[in-house]
Amino acid sequence: MTEILRRDPRKEWIARNRLHPEHERVLFELGQGTAVATEWMGPNGVIRKNPHGLGFIGPNGIKRIDRSGVQQAPTAGRGAGHSTTTADDRRHVEIEAPAFLVAVVPDMPGGRLSSHDRDLLGLARQLADADSERQGAVLAVVFGSHKEDGFGEAGVDRLLHLDEEVFDGYTPETRLAALSAIERELAPYYWLLPDSKLGGADLGRRLAARIQERPATGVWQIEMDDTCELGWRCTARGAAGTTDIQRALPRVALALSECAEPVSETRHAAQPMALSQALPSQLGRIEDLGQVAVDPAGVALAEAEFILSAGNGVKDWDGFHHAAKVLGATEGASRVAVDDGFMPRHRQVGATGTWVTARVYLAVGISGAIQHLQGIQSCEKVIAVNLDPGCDMIKRADLAVIGDSAKVLAALVDLVAQQREEKRDAA
Amino acid sequence: MQPEAQAPDAQARGALEVAVLVSIGRHPLTGRARRADQDARGVELAMSLDKSRITLVHAGVLDEESEGALRGYLGMGFQALTLVEQPPGADVIPALASALSEAKPQLVITGERAEQGEGSGLLPYLLAERLGWPMVSGLANVEKVENGVATLLQALPRGQRRRLQVRLPAIVTVDGAASAARQSAYGPARRGEMRLAEAPAVFDEASNDWTVQAARKRPKRLKIVKAASARDRFKAAAAKAEGGGGQVLSDVTPEQGAEAIYKLLKEEAVLR
Ligand SMILES: Cc1cc2nc3c(=O)[nH]c(=O)nc-3n(C[C@H](O)[C@H](O)[C@H](O)COP(=O)(O)OP(=O)(O)OC[C@H]3O[C@@H](n4cnc5c(N)ncnc54)[C@H](O)[C@@H]3O)c2cc1C
Repeated sequence: MTEILRRDPRKEWIARNRLHPEHERVLFELGQGTAVATEWMGPNGVIRKNPHGLGFIGPNGIKRIDRSGVQQAPTAGRGAGHSTTTADDRRHVEIEAPAFLVAVVPDMPGGRLSSHDRDLLGLARQLADADSERQGAVLAVVFGSHKEDGFGEAGVDRLLHLDEEVFDGYTPETRLAALSAIERELAPYYWLLPDSKLGGADLGRRLAARIQERPATGVWQIEMDDTCELGWRCTARGAAGTTDIQRALPRVALALSECAEPVSETRHAAQPMALSQALPSQLGRIEDLGQVAVDPAGVALAEAEFILSAGNGVKDWDGFHHAAKVLGATEGASRVAVDDGFMPRHRQVGATGTWVTARVYLAVGISGAIQHLQGIQSCEKVIAVNLDPGCDMIKRADLAVIGDSAKVLAALVDLVAQQREEKRDAA
Repeated sequence: MQPEAQAPDAQARGALEVAVLVSIGRHPLTGRARRADQDARGVELAMSLDKSRITLVHAGVLDEESEGALRGYLGMGFQALTLVEQPPGADVIPALASALSEAKPQLVITGERAEQGEGSGLLPYLLAERLGWPMVSGLANVEKVENGVATLLQALPRGQRRRLQVRLPAIVTVDGAASAARQSAYGPARRGEMRLAEAPAVFDEASNDWTVQAARKRPKRLKIVKAASARDRFKAAAAKAEGGGGQVLSDVTPEQGAEAIYKLLKEEAVLR
């Protein structure tokens, strides 16, 4: 098909002329239905509107006006070959020469921005965009490898990705050295870190002590205030969360989650950046010997990271318990499994059981009743194994396998055992 | 209580010098002064180490209220507590730093954050920076101390633990996952001695400009539906929660299904 669009001036003229006997037919031909131009510039430069041209006749013969723009689309694309790209309604923002930098060090648990990180980036945007004369840029400093591709959507203008092996594990001292190098080279105007245990809370306090800035911790609100040194005032929690301290916002702030709305209207460049000098290698005085295997059965259900949950569809209970052991998962259950006596009551997930926060929830033979789904609202990834492809759990799941629970679990156990074996052989 | 930890003969070489920094807590309901929960856990942690010589150190005001709270620590089985006297509103870090550099402990244990005042949790970090010692936060346990190297268990979220090794001297903070403190016994608490020490006072000027009030309830975040038109907003409000875009594998063998699950579990790094 040729790309050239042919216009028919005569038809366009008829389409404009409401009194022409062929008006309706031509409109239909042009694919505009009864839609006529509803707004145009009059001869005196005044916008004229035709309120009768709006809307369409609904199925019941009643005129409906749809302001979502879906129905008007053909009018807007009159004559032109309108492409049907899904509208990217976020405004693109590119900041060429920022007046200052707001450095954010997100936690990135599991290699992705957490909601806390996103809130913090929203806060950073507030600081960066406050003054349109002095537009700042948000710099995100990310340690180690990550799986995130939405930095731009989260509001990052510059991305400094330090992907070196030395940052793996618990390495606060090497990270601190990197942050001090950034402080020396880029001198960000603000440092924002999430006040989250073992993540930003630890690193941020170290940074503040190193660069000798008194930080505000537990910040949950900021407001503009010209009487303060940096132009902002913040409200922070003090004394184990029992007091609110209002103070001038210092250069280093550790903020709580929901300190600001995450960015939702703009898309930023997330332009990669690098430090001009290599980071000084340094001897860490803290050595990470790795995670200790804890008995998953001993972990409270509410805080377990990985839950293998059984429902009425599980028949082979020995196989299920074995699978939980091999996968290293904490066991959960639906109410039916508990009521039938296969699992203890404290393992029940759901409205009347425990509200779980697992990162991965593997539901085996659970139909996904609303009372159960309520309990897994905050789970990140849900995997379902079920025989019934139409059940609600499958609609909720990120990955669903239609099959018999016992067989799939057995295959999974075999696979994990086999992979472990290979790894041991390779090592 | 470990009597041998307190007796003078334990000063023999090989004993581990531990200092626990204790603060005055505040009961969350009554607001009365008490021993701070995390600091008490720190004391408990120190007492669980074998062959240790523990000194309790507090810097602050000595008055009736604080004395009662501090005696709570003595009641855990100590004969004395070192109190570095400081006027109200003083910055205790210089005082503590000088006390510590005099006492030269191998291991300093503190709580994560105070229950009173700013409660920023900065103290151990500032002390570590000042003394040039490594600092490890959020401990659940100290496994062993050998040849000047301590093996620590750090509490991670979700009940996980991480093993770390750190060269002493070091500063560590305890997590709420460390074992709970024992009861404080009344008799030893009364009999215990407050050893007063002097240190120059440095005032915390910056905090004078702050306004402190009882914590307000934080506003609950509303679910904001961003939509251009009322129709979209209505649709969003009326929509049933549906997880869109999940991958459904039907007509697969159990092995293929297991493969897909395994891949996702690996990606999420929950398999060990
Ligand atoms: C007031 C109230 C509170 C409740 N609170 C809770 C709660 O807190 N938690 C909770 O879980 N429930 C709760 N329930 C119960 C809830 O409504 C459901 O009855 C329950 O969750 C269903 O459990 P299920 O999915 O295990 O069983 P079913 O609904 O029987 O589902 C079994 C599923 O397994 C599949 N299946 C069968 N055989 C196999 C096989 N061989 N391989 C694979 N799949 C198979 C089936 O296709 C089906 O989808 C509550 C109910 C009420 C009224």
